[in-house]
Amino acid sequence: MRTHLLPALLALSALLAQPALTRAEDIRIGLAEALTGPASQYGVPIRNGFILAQDAINAKGGINGNRIVLVEEDERGKKEEAINVYKKLIFQDKVLLAFGPTLSNSMFAAGPIANSARVVAFGTSNTASGITDIGPYIFRSSPMEADVVPVTLKTAIRHLKLHQVGIIYGNDDAFTKSGYDVFKQALEAEHIAVVDTETYAKGDVDFKAQLTKLKAAQPDAIICPCLSEEGANILLQARALGIKVSFIGGNGFNSPKLLENAKSAAEGTIVGSPWFDGNPSPENQHFIAAYRKKYGTDPNQFSAQGYDALFIVANALRKIKLTGQLEQDRQALRDALPAIQFDGATGHFAFRPAPPHNGKPGGYDADQTPFVYIVNHGKFTLLK
Amino acid sequence: MLEQQIVNAISLGSVYALFALGFTLIFGILGVINLSHGGIFMLGAYAALLLLTRVNLPFWAALPLAMIGAGLLGLAIDALILKVLRKRGAPHLMPMIATIGAAILMTSLAQGLFGSETRRFPIDLFDQENLTFGSISIPLLQASITGLSVVLMVLMIWILRRTRLGQALRAIAESPRAAALLGIPVERLFHLTSFVAAALGGAAGILIGLSFDAISPFMGQPMLHKGIAAIILGGLEAVRAAVLGGLFLGATEVFAVTFLSSEYRDALSFGLLFLVLLWRPQGLFGAAATRSA
Repeated sequence: MRTHLLPALLALSALLAQPALTRAEDIRIGLAEALTGPASQYGVPIRNGFILAQDAINAKGGINGNRIVLVEEDERGKKEEAINVYKKLIFQDKVLLAFGPTLSNSMFAAGPIANSARVVAFGTSNTASGITDIGPYIFRSSPMEADVVPVTLKTAIRHLKLHQVGIIYGNDDAFTKSGYDVFKQALEAEHIAVVDTETYAKGDVDFKAQLTKLKAAQPDAIICPCLSEEGANILLQARALGIKVSFIGGNGFNSPKLLENAKSAAEGTIVGSPWFDGNPSPENQHFIAAYRKKYGTDPNQFSAQGYDALFIVANALRKIKLTGQLEQDRQALRDALPAIQFDGATGHFAFRPAPPHNGKPGGYDADQTPFVYIVNHGKFTLLK
Repeated sequence: MLEQQIVNAISLGSVYALFALGFTLIFGILGVINLSHGGIFMLGAYAALLLLTRVNLPFWAALPLAMIGAGLLGLAIDALILKVLRKRGAPHLMPMIATIGAAILMTSLAQGLFGSETRRFPIDLFDQENLTFGSISIPLLQASITGLSVVLMVLMIWILRRTRLGQALRAIAESPRAAALLGIPVERLFHLTSFVAAALGGAAGILIGLSFDAISPFMGQPMLHKGIAAIILGGLEAVRAAVLGGLFLGATEVFAVTFLSSEYRDALSFGLLFLVLLWRPQGLFGAAATRSA
């Protein structure tokens, strides 16, 4: 009898003691990513990175004993869907903060909802300029193309001794188009002549007409702010046409897929990226090993950024006292975030306030030095 | 540069023609715009990829097997969707909408099974050699693909023109009811047509996957647009016209890039499509008012 009574008594005392102790509660964080549709090639690795971080944080006791629970929603890479999902996360699931959406386009659509509801919208893969102009509740951990590209280009000019370049990009996609704009600006700043500019449309697989024209213009290098799937094809076809010069890519080029699909055609390609798989820091190596173990594939930049982002928010959560009052907690988290600095898989990270836009305060951009690397013997090698 | 662009035009055009081949066959004989052709095209490429990388079959065995697989899929679509609608005498729009559904189903299925990232055939499958003539270079692989497309097209045209089977098919294209009265097994030939068209679609997927190294669940949709453009430009109901339409579309695109600007490529080729529809609805290479599958 006595042995049965003991656990019951213990449970009772725990119940009685509850007002004094904080009960272990779930901290609900929204995660809106493109899990289906074409953008899922970014959204799924991002989600995987987040889940990995969630498990790691919870395994070490969560936030002062409270578990982080990610509320996942599929925004399918579409603006309308991103808006719906954000509304659901904020008003129905009552999350403390929402990560995502995957594409810059979707963030432009869904960000304002979070901003007016005074909930942090935290992008980990949005690189377009102007995202954080939406308002003070918009954060992102992904460096803008506008920050990465000038560094890439400067390094490439030094390494390849460039005088004139050709450009090929997709003009029907916000991501590649904004990559092109950023490159064009950086090229002007460095006084590099553009001898030919070619475009293609989403879904194209044959780029030989454009590449034949580029070849005739005799550039010292070809700038390709393209996604990796088109990029691999462009590289292969360029080599088949006898184009020997280096390619310089934007954010989309920076994927192991490029090497896997283009193989030797990718030699000499120069890319800038916030993440470098060869970065020997223990945080990064630990991340890569854990990711491979859990998913059986190699992580990419997007999974690394997702992984780090949850740690950044976890660090902010440790700095505040959660009251259970949703609005108050959301605001406290928002106020704690800007000061967080973190060394993770992507290296050292800090926030940088976006300059006010039309007199209105902006959000926070990533303040991170990109890695510039060159494909050398089939591997991304750091370019100093 | 111009010689190279002419070669580029032929190689791009033969890709469109190859895709249009199966597409126009279904339209000519079944009288249905089968919008799931892009899905079959895509799954054909994946089937070959699996046979090559998982089952480790050699290419000469994987190609016909994947074609048969794609053919069976086409047969299933005919039996499960098109036949039901035929029996019901459903209006023209119905099979079109139903096959859009089938296409979406196939895309989502492929995404679930294979993931959404772009994949490629093993790089060491073929020599990555180039044929070079002076300033022109053609990847050997692409030249053989263009050659193979031509063989398939000539074979199709020969069957339709010169064999009893072709005669029967052309009779069905003229009027399924009259053909049935003449004792032609119309339903059976509908199935056969669906099978052959889908097998050709699968072959197109495999060959295009090989020459461009871009296999993804979404590869069918843009090709479908080009395929529709090719058969409208050429002439809707004739295999020969569709093939010429494909080559014409390829040439238009390449020369738009060469002489104008790549910015206006699609504006020009699809603008041309409107003009053809307005002034020559039977297509550039189609004969007016005579049905000839």
